[in-house]
Amino acid sequence: MKVLVNTGSSILGFIQEVGRLFLFILKTFKAATSRWYLKNFFLQIISIGYLSLPVVALTSFFTGGALAIQIYYGGNQFNSEVIVSSIVALGITRELGPVLGGIVVAGRVSAAIAAELGTMKVTEQIDALRTLSTDPYEYLVFPRVLAAVISLPILVGFADIIGIMGGWLVGVQSLGFNGTVYLQNTEAFLESGDIISGLIKASVFGFIISIMGSYHGFNSKGGAQGVGRSTMNAVVSSSILILASNYIMTNLLFSS
Amino acid sequence: MIEIKNLNKKFNNNSVLKNLNINIEKGESAVVIGQSGTGKSVMLKCLLGLIKPDSGMIKINNVSILDKNLSYSNKNRIKIGMLFQGGALFDSLPVWKNISFISLQGKVSEKECKINALMTLEKVGLKSNISDLYPSELSGGMQKRVALARAIFSEPDIILFDEPTTGLDPITADVINNLILEKVKDLGATALTITHDMASARTIASKVYMLHDGAIIWGDDVSELEKTDNKFILQFTRGESNGPISHRSN
Repeated sequence: MKVLVNTGSSILGFIQEVGRLFLFILKTFKAATSRWYLKNFFLQIISIGYLSLPVVALTSFFTGGALAIQIYYGGNQFNSEVIVSSIVALGITRELGPVLGGIVVAGRVSAAIAAELGTMKVTEQIDALRTLSTDPYEYLVFPRVLAAVISLPILVGFADIIGIMGGWLVGVQSLGFNGTVYLQNTEAFLESGDIISGLIKASVFGFIISIMGSYHGFNSKGGAQGVGRSTMNAVVSSSILILASNYIMTNLLFSS
Repeated sequence: MIEIKNLNKKFNNNSVLKNLNINIEKGESAVVIGQSGTGKSVMLKCLLGLIKPDSGMIKINNVSILDKNLSYSNKNRIKIGMLFQGGALFDSLPVWKNISFISLQGKVSEKECKINALMTLEKVGLKSNISDLYPSELSGGMQKRVALARAIFSEPDIILFDEPTTGLDPITADVINNLILEKVKDLGATALTITHDMASARTIASKVYMLHDGAIIWGDDVSELEKTDNKFILQFTRGESNGPISHRSN
């Protein structure tokens, strides 16, 4: 009996949480139709986009290099110059660029948003905003969401180029490929749809990262421990949602 | 003027406010005292629209601030200033931007906002050289003064103070109390303060109310505080553990 009660209350708790998140997203969309705090938006573009570039670039560079080695040694080495370059390009642009970039940014940005807004919540700064006739969804949440939705595709665009270059560098330096032929093969196999699908995914991941960071920050309770828990929940939930939504989007974009 | 009638608020099955009634006349400085967890902060948050009450009515200057669904609706744009317990200063903004935050969101130029912020800073006894510092660079007393400057910046009709002297040494607390008294008089505003600090209550208040178990159980002029034989007031003002107010573990 106790098991049933616990299971039931867990399910109800989950449904409540989903409902609260849905309302939070609705309020954020509503904020988009009101006042835009452009200064806050540009500050977030720098914080979310520009400052994430080094970590995304490094991740992508090493992933591209590792992928080239795996394909070369793991597969048939016959005609490997064509296979390695094409799989590295497709793998990076379609999957690894957006997914790894998204997860790395989730760790950096979602945590930062949750910690910042969580601290503002527990120190009553969000209440203070309301008493100063300022809607916190307009002032805090929407600029972050918009900045993340715009920044992530740009970051992933850079990640695509750097990842492919990582594969090229390893191919030329370690595997003995001809650099020009490698790039020609990459160009020949890569289609605009591959790149665009990755950028669409990145935009969705940007939304997930910023919404989960803001939602958990806004719902922080207690002191430092509460903010720490919110930060952890923001990173975990955004990482899981990135992987789940990636599967759904891959199905939608490529199954046809 | 603040009028609260039959205000009720429950959290899950816990009734925090039970038919709370209070009338504060225009220009009056009312102080609500009471044990922790009796609903003082909830009452203040209902006044600010931060918490939606379950039932009841709140009127400010004879205008209801709750709509039919009991949601906050300040259609008459009554200016309310609030001094939060911890100051609640925005740590990403320098002092002058904290003070003039409300004007910065409007169409007033930054230069004009800064001039007005510096003038308000002077009113709370702070020098203009701290205007570019961030809240984390200030002492607790200075943070409270800056928060007070932010609360009075827009010359509000109503000013609310949540535990204004918490965490301050007695001397700084007295400075803050006198500043509150002075500024409320200068602005001719109606003030409502919640506090545990009896020294603060005696300095700020023209009227004192006692909140116990979600309802006002005593209210009179501050001078009556010393004369009353109300057992709740006597226990609270003397800080005794024995009496009608039971010790709360929360």
